[in-house]
Amino acid sequence: MKRIVILGAGTAGTMAANQLRKRLERDVQITVVDEDPVHYYQPGFLFIPFGTYSPDKVTKPKARFIPKGVNFVKATITELVPEQQVVRLGDGTELPYDYLIIATGTHPTRSETPGLDSSEYGKTIHDFYSYDGAVALHDAIEKFDGGTLVVNLIELPIKCPVAPLEFAFLADAYFEERGIRDNVTIKYVTPMSSAFTKPVAAKRLGDMFERRGIDIEPDFYVERVDADRRTVVSFDEREVEYDLLVTVPVNKGAAFLGKTGIVDELNHVKVDSKNFQSPDFPSIFAIGDAAALPSSKAGSVAHFAMETFVPNFIEYINGSEMTHEFDGHANCFIETGHDKAMLIDFNYFTEPLPGKYPVPKLGPMSLLEETRRNHWGKLGFKWLYWHMLLPGRRMPVKAEMSMAGKIPVTEPDTSKDNI
Amino acid sequence: MPVTTIADRPVHVDDEGFMTEYQEWDEDLARTLAGTIGIELTDAHLEVIRFLRSDFEQNGVTPTLRRVSTVGNIPTKTLFDLFPKKPARKMAYVAGLPKPAGCI
Ligand SMILES: Cc1cc2nc3c(=O)[nH]c(=O)nc-3n(C[C@H](O)[C@H](O)[C@H](O)COP(=O)(O)OP(=O)(O)OC[C@H]3O[C@@H](n4cnc5c(N)ncnc54)[C@H](O)[C@@H]3O)c2cc1C
Repeated sequence: MKRIVILGAGTAGTMAANQLRKRLERDVQITVVDEDPVHYYQPGFLFIPFGTYSPDKVTKPKARFIPKGVNFVKATITELVPEQQVVRLGDGTELPYDYLIIATGTHPTRSETPGLDSSEYGKTIHDFYSYDGAVALHDAIEKFDGGTLVVNLIELPIKCPVAPLEFAFLADAYFEERGIRDNVTIKYVTPMSSAFTKPVAAKRLGDMFERRGIDIEPDFYVERVDADRRTVVSFDEREVEYDLLVTVPVNKGAAFLGKTGIVDELNHVKVDSKNFQSPDFPSIFAIGDAAALPSSKAGSVAHFAMETFVPNFIEYINGSEMTHEFDGHANCFIETGHDKAMLIDFNYFTEPLPGKYPVPKLGPMSLLEETRRNHWGKLGFKWLYWHMLLPGRRMPVKAEMSMAGKIPVTEPDTSKDNI
Repeated sequence: MPVTTIADRPVHVDDEGFMTEYQEWDEDLARTLAGTIGIELTDAHLEVIRFLRSDFEQNGVTPTLRRVSTVGNIPTKTLFDLFPKKPARKMAYVAGLPKPAGCI
């Protein structure tokens, strides 16, 4: 009997468990391990600070999404020994496997940045990348009635790389609606050279910052946070003061992976970008945020990836060649405030372009443009997530990125002037 | 791929000027490349460049600042001193390696 072990029952692990159980014979045993009984709808964390979602809207019991015929183990994974094909759990249990799917995600790690884990965390220093962080930030934002708000990401890659941009846009709209926007300075402090990496989207987002009066501090690589002086300090000794710091800590893969030799410096598992297989141990695959890939770390990416991962994986365990290739397709809504949002659609090879999605010319979503429909699309995604995505039902959009509906434009890349 | 002339030799570069052929690089070329972005190469620079090149040779990707500091044991602060403002891009440029991947 073949034994498949899935580590992590978040977005990717749950989708894989559902799709594999449907498509594999009963004599294949599937076990899923996760330490936390609660499934968090993480995209909802963005809305908690502004009171758009109450915290209870983003949680459901994990067990509800694990299908019958899958063995769900609630435990902390403490060790993986690839050479012995065994996983060790917190209570000392050993879990041997024939095939391993790592889906333990990536997690904000405050201890990576000196000063971040100070006693000011939860007071003047916040993050919205965890449930507790988002809830605490709600109180802080409500009480904030003027001063400098710094929105920052420490280092890339992070999951949902557009979320800090969205936070800045939503904060701008929120303070405006409260009538105190003039008392608030919003600074976006980023290690990137502009708001976004790809030229066409970077230009549009840069213009949007300007129109909203959000200042950008580019190429700012945070070395430490001086909590007493309420200042972030970069490696090249630049300083930015804040009254309220909302940061995205360094995102790292699960700690137990650090000792396995199959990860990069941030504990993300090195895999083939086309089929998610570890080059060192062919019985190991990594999906979702846990994998070190050039694609975005996002739920949408994990979802699109399933359509090639699942058939490939089944081919592999049946001893056949893997015949599917993932193209890195990502599709992200960017909330821009006042009930509008933008949509971007891209992959390993094509940058985000304007146009319509998913149907050429008709949409109903508009790419790279702020519309109300996009905003309702983003809010509607929560329902799709719980009812379609996690259970592994087919979604009404294609997994592979399509150029139909996109308008090719080029934006002069000014970055070469300042290598 | 465009071909340009650097230090009197034809060199393949991408549209942002990053070299695309690993083998076309040598330390003389590095000196010229560094000069075009206002850096005078010292041994400290070359130590970084050598790590970048050997790491690229093994892994096929331009290492990140984090990798240079954790695996190459060169503190990030030093990298900012040697290659001011945009060390990741500048190091790759001088080392004749592809532009570091943007992470989106
Ligand atoms: C603020 C925010 C906004 C976002 N917005 C969007 C969006 O708009 N669109 C989008 O597509 N994506 C968005 N994302 C990203 C999306 O939520 C993630 O990419 C997605 O959840 C990744 O799924 P995953 O299964 O890889 O990881 P996760 O869903 O994080 O699951 C990992 C699981 O592993 C478990 N685990 C980890 N370590 C251990 C261990 N040692 N032992 C046992 N269990 C362990 C965890 O408990 C968790 O259940 C957002 C994320 C955040 C934080």
